[in-house]
Order: sequence, then structure tokens, then C-alpha cells
Amino acid sequence: MKFVYEWSAILAIVLASTTGDVLLSRAMKQVGDVGALYRQAGLWKVISRIARTPSFLLGVLAMTVAFYSLLFGLSWGDVSLIAPASASLTFVANAIAAKFFLHERVDRRRWMAALMVAGGVFLLAG
Amino acid sequence: MTFRKYLVLAGVTLCAATGDSLLSRGMKEVGSISLRHPSDLLLAITNPWVAIGIVLLLGFFASYMTALSWADLTYVLPATSLGYVLLAIIAKYGLHEEVTPMRWFGILLISGGVGFVTQGPELTHPAPPKKEAISTRVTP
Repeated sequence: MKFVYEWSAILAIVLASTTGDVLLSRAMKQVGDVGALYRQAGLWKVISRIARTPSFLLGVLAMTVAFYSLLFGLSWGDVSLIAPASASLTFVANAIAAKFFLHERVDRRRWMAALMVAGGVFLLAG
Repeated sequence: MTFRKYLVLAGVTLCAATGDSLLSRGMKEVGSISLRHPSDLLLAITNPWVAIGIVLLLGFFASYMTALSWADLTYVLPATSLGYVLLAIIAKYGLHEEVTPMRWFGILLISGGVGFVTQGPELTHPAPPKKEAISTRVTP
């Protein structure tokens, strides 16, 4: 039963975290280059434009869900499984989600990078 | 990629790793917090390590959002994962924890992945900006 709880938590963390990253990335692409906007219109304009972007608010909500899923996961299972598995699977899930939802060109170089970092994070955190 | 953009990516990496380390150190000083006394969480912020850690994590979020405004998600995430390597180095030399050969191999893999992704372009599919964003750009 513990196995089911642990992997349910890992799945929830990966899904929520990936959703959050994709929504935040979409929001910031809609806002545009923050550095250029800051130089043209000032800090307040940057903050107000980001805060008024629905994707940003939804992204922060998804990140909050990911954080609490991690807390629940850590209370149910072993940190040596939950932390590395969720962190490394999130890298792979982000590459897939970015390809389909953000229409990024995820070429062989980016797949290799995502898989190498995912493997490295698993070994480091495990 | 301009020097300013490399600085933003370095900001993401450094702020995340040092922020997490300082929070960890501060929370060890504060001790365990019971769910029956959630107000203890507010007191934890008065610990200087926790306070500086929170400021650094706010810096991480700001620089992460800035990087996402001009680079792909599949570029930013691997490019800033050197923070994991930095954490391992802080753990070994700052906190005197043991770093096993398996972890050094993990560091090697992450560094290789970062090297791979940073050789390519940072943006492959820019989303069309909002109408308001266009109007701001043409307004002096």
C-alpha cells in the first residue's frame, strides 16, 4: 500500500510541477522580454503586467499544489525515493509538455540534455 | 546570448542553491515545528539564515521568470540545473557531508546536459505578444 501512496504523490508532484512550469513559461512569453519592458516602462509596469496575466496566476496555483503534494508525499514515503524520482521525472515531463503545449522545438540536443540532467539529479538526490 | 542573459541564468542557479542551503541551515537551528503550533513558522522567519534564504529564493523566482520571458522552458530548466551541482559542493565543503562516487557521476551527467543545451539557441518558438505589449514597445 505504501508503494501506491508514494507513486501517487510522485505523479501528483510531477503533473502539478510541469503544469506550473508550462503556465509560467506561457505567461512570460505573453509578457515579453522583461528587461526591455523594464527599461521602457519601469518596474511597476512589469509587475502589474505579469500579475494581470491569467497563466501566471494559474501557474503559481499549480506550483503551490506541487509544493503541498511534495509535503504529503514526504509524510507518506521515503525522501530518498520521492525527492529524486519527482525531480528527475519533472525534467522529462517538462520536455514533453513544452513540445506539445508550448510548441518548442525539442530537438535531439534538448532531449539529451533533459535526460542527462534527469539522470544526474536522480543520482545526486538518491 | 548576451552577457546580461548569462547573468540572469547565473542568478537563477546561485539564488536557488544558496537560498535552499541557508533555509536548511536556518531550519536546523529553529528545530522541528509542530502542526499544533503553526505560529512557530512565523517565528522561524526571525532567524537570520531563514530570512536571507527567503530573500534569495525571491531572487530566484524573479530571475527564473525573467529567463522564461526570453528563453524556452526546455532551455532554462537544464541550463540552470548546475544549482544541483553547487548544492553538492556546498554540502561537501560547507556542511562536510560525504559525496559518494555515484553522486560525482550525477554531477558529471548534469554538467554534460548543461553543456549540451547551452550550445544551442535559447528560443525556438516565441509566442506572439499581447496587443498591449506591442503598444508599449512602440510608445517612446
